[in-house]
Parts: sequence; structure tokens; C-alpha cells
Amino acid sequence: MLKKTPLNQAHREMNAKMVDFGGWDMPLHYGSQLEEHHKVRQDAGMFDVSHMLPVDIKGDNARGFLRQLVANNVDKLTIPGKALYTCMLTPQGGIIDDLIVYFLSESWFRVVVNAGTADKDVEWILKQRDALATALEITPRRDLAMIAVQGPNARAKLWQVIPDSQAATEELKLFQSTTHNQFFIARTGYTGEDGFEIIVPADEAPAFWKALYAAGVAPAGLGARDTLRLEAGMNLYGQDMDETKTPLESGLGWTVDLKSERDFIGKQALLDAKVTQQLVGLVLLDRGVLRSHQKVVAQHNGSELEGEITSGGFSPTINQSIALARIPAEISPDDDVHVLVRDKKLRVKVVKYPFVRNGKVLI
Amino acid sequence: MSIPSDLKYTKSHEWVKSEADGTVSIGITHHAQELLGDMVFVELPQVGDTFTQKQECAVAESVKAAADVYSPISGEVVEINTPLVDNPENINQDAFGAWLFKLKPSNPAELDGLLDAAGYQEVLDNEDH
Repeated sequence: MLKKTPLNQAHREMNAKMVDFGGWDMPLHYGSQLEEHHKVRQDAGMFDVSHMLPVDIKGDNARGFLRQLVANNVDKLTIPGKALYTCMLTPQGGIIDDLIVYFLSESWFRVVVNAGTADKDVEWILKQRDALATALEITPRRDLAMIAVQGPNARAKLWQVIPDSQAATEELKLFQSTTHNQFFIARTGYTGEDGFEIIVPADEAPAFWKALYAAGVAPAGLGARDTLRLEAGMNLYGQDMDETKTPLESGLGWTVDLKSERDFIGKQALLDAKVTQQLVGLVLLDRGVLRSHQKVVAQHNGSELEGEITSGGFSPTINQSIALARIPAEISPDDDVHVLVRDKKLRVKVVKYPFVRNGKVLI
Repeated sequence: MSIPSDLKYTKSHEWVKSEADGTVSIGITHHAQELLGDMVFVELPQVGDTFTQKQECAVAESVKAAADVYSPISGEVVEINTPLVDNPENINQDAFGAWLFKLKPSNPAELDGLLDAAGYQEVLDNEDH
């Protein structure tokens, strides 16, 4: 039996093509994935991300607990409402999940974790709580729904839907959030566009979704979500990283704080690690489509080195195929690099990602 | 979407149209493009390639996945739909019009073994269950 978000019925009413996504019955698209992609880049689209899980961490010194739990430094969160992207690591430095931490008050932090890893994450967080901070209250919030409204016109359209929300959220900078009546509104997202992620009580989600639709926000499915995040160069857990990979070989070194005195789970392993691989962007120069698990071959100083595509696909904005790939650290953009697609060796260019941000092609 | 009665079909969702000059046009069905979603790339065979029945002969790729196309009958490729390479979305818009390539059958009797519209409809009905 597939799990359903509070918006399941609304998706079906909008003729969504539904798929099994890690045990959740989710919309893949509502007709055309490409149109949904362009709508988000050019106007405004919305995604049901209620399969992701908010987990509230409440009690004295919640911050002290998070200092140890995650690899980025929650001491960067000085203003209430501020959010931080981070990985949660195993003692070996492997990525248990990537998540966003919201600082609401010194006695209330909220983390939002991925759907596919939610059970494992909660189990891990509870285990660490029992070891490190027994007084903290950890509450998974399945009573909440989450909708991402993304695109250059996303904020303006949301303001039309939620009364008085403009005044409450207009000054929010990226990675800041606020609470407005029953809405928790954060200026975050997974598309490379401006917009909000909004958390609402589950029973109010369908009416909110329909109001957004009436305001001209297009429903967009997991298909567009994936091509948008790939263009934005954002990692997907389970593809671009997992417990066998550290953030340092997953393009996430910038999210790890190794400089402060603070100790955290996985820190020693990262300090000891020899980083032999890197995550890079690829742009296909020949015709075709790059897909995950295709083999990458590079000529480097007379020897052939191999890597693998972790996420690949067609970029609707660039109108070319792009990919994220994990390749040996010594390969540089000047090397001759190919990808094996069926019986062919296709030419690719190694690039720095993101590929697209705020509607503009960056490569 | 109704299934054209003047075409023949395979269980693997190719369609075959007999042309006046004795060749056949081959494409993928409306149902196939629906399953795949927005098409972004097609890899066509080359003129002169020969295929046996059910051999992989082309690739149709959508935003979602790559799908092999199997030759419905044996024969030699006599023409490919070159404009389709630049406009793969034509398959979404008109699957039964967007032919991939034309084949000169080496064993025309194989055509009789293909599904007619009613037979293909039955395949689709069974898939839905």
C-alpha cells in the first residue's frame, strides 16, 4: 500500500500521472514535464513535497545537540528563522541524509529530511538524542504538509493567496523563514529559482493548493523537479550521494565545517580522509541523453581514468543533455572526456555547476 | 485516442504502415509515447542497415527514459525520417504520423503475423489490469 500525501486527491483531480516514488504515490507530471519545467523557470510552479518530513527538536540546548549531529555548523544560525543546508554523517563520514535545519528559537529547531530516508533519519536522531541529550523532545511532524512554490513570479503569486503575507515575507532573504498565522514560510527551494517552501497543517493543504492554482501557479511533478534540480546543480540523495560517500567527494565540501573547534559525528573521518574523487558537471557535446550509471572515461596524462554519472538527463533550459558525475579528483576540464552510451562513446565537456540559476544558463 | 485501423502493431508498441511502393514505415504508438512522456532524442538506424524481426533498430528517449525500438519485421532500411532528429516532440504530437524509418521487407509474410488494431487494443487492455 503506497503512502499518500494530503494532496493525493488534488493531484488526481488535476489528472496527474502518478508513480511509486520510494513507497509514496506521487505525481510524475500533470501532462507535460517539459512545460512544467519551463513554467517554473519563467513564471511559477508548485510541487507537493509533503513526502519530506519536518522533525521538530525542542528543549534546552537543542543547538548543542545539533552542533554534534550535523556536519555544517549551526552556530551560523544567529537570527531566528535562519536556515542551514547540511549533511548528517555516519562516524565514518558517509552521508546519512542531506537536510535543512531551521533555527526557530534556542529551544526549538526544525529539520526537514528526505522522504526515502525519513524513517532511518528519525531512528538515527533518536539514537543520538538518547546518547547525547536525553531531555530533548524529537517530534516527526506527519501532521504537516509542505508545498514548494518556485519561479520568478512565485513570491508575488503566493502573496495574492495568503492574506497579509507580503508584509510578513517580503524582507526574507534566501534561507530565511518566518511563521505567518498557520503558515511556516521559508525562502528556500530545490529548483535554482526564487520562491518559497511553505509548511501548512495537513488538513488545510488541499484548499491552499487549489488557491495557488487559481492564482496561476502551475502544478509540477517529480519529473520537472528532477530536471530543475539537476540544472541547478543540486544533489539528490541516493543518486549523487549516500552512506558510502562523504560530502567531500560529493561536491558538498562547502557545507562541512572542519575549521571550528566543534566536534561532530563523522568529523574525524573527514579529517583523515584522502579525497580521491570529485563531483563535476558534464555537458554532452554529441547528440543523445546522459543517464545515471553511464560510465565516464577520461584521458589524463596518457592514462585512462574512469568515473560514473550519478544523475543525468535532458536539460530543457539548455536544450542539451547534462549530468553530475563522480570522477577521479585529478581529472581537469581540459582533459578529453567521454561517456559510454550503449555502444557509443559520446564527447562531453567537464564544467563547474550549477548549469542554470534564476532562469539564466551559466555554462 | 483511437488506434488507426490501417496500421499493424507489435506487442512492444511499434506500428507498421504498408506503403504503396512495397516498403513499410515504422514508428512507435501513441500509447508508447504516453508511457515515455516528453520525447527529447531519437537515434535512428542508417540507410542500408538490415534487421531481423524483433531486433533492436532504434532508440527513443524521453525526459524519463530510453526505450529500444524493435524492428517489427525483417528487412533493409531504405529511408530515415531525418527531420525527426531535430523535432523528437513530433512523436508526442502525432505518434502515428511520426515515422522513424522505412524498411524494404525481406520476408513480407511476417506482416501477416503482426497485430491488427483490435489485437493491439487487446494488448493495451491487458496492460491496464
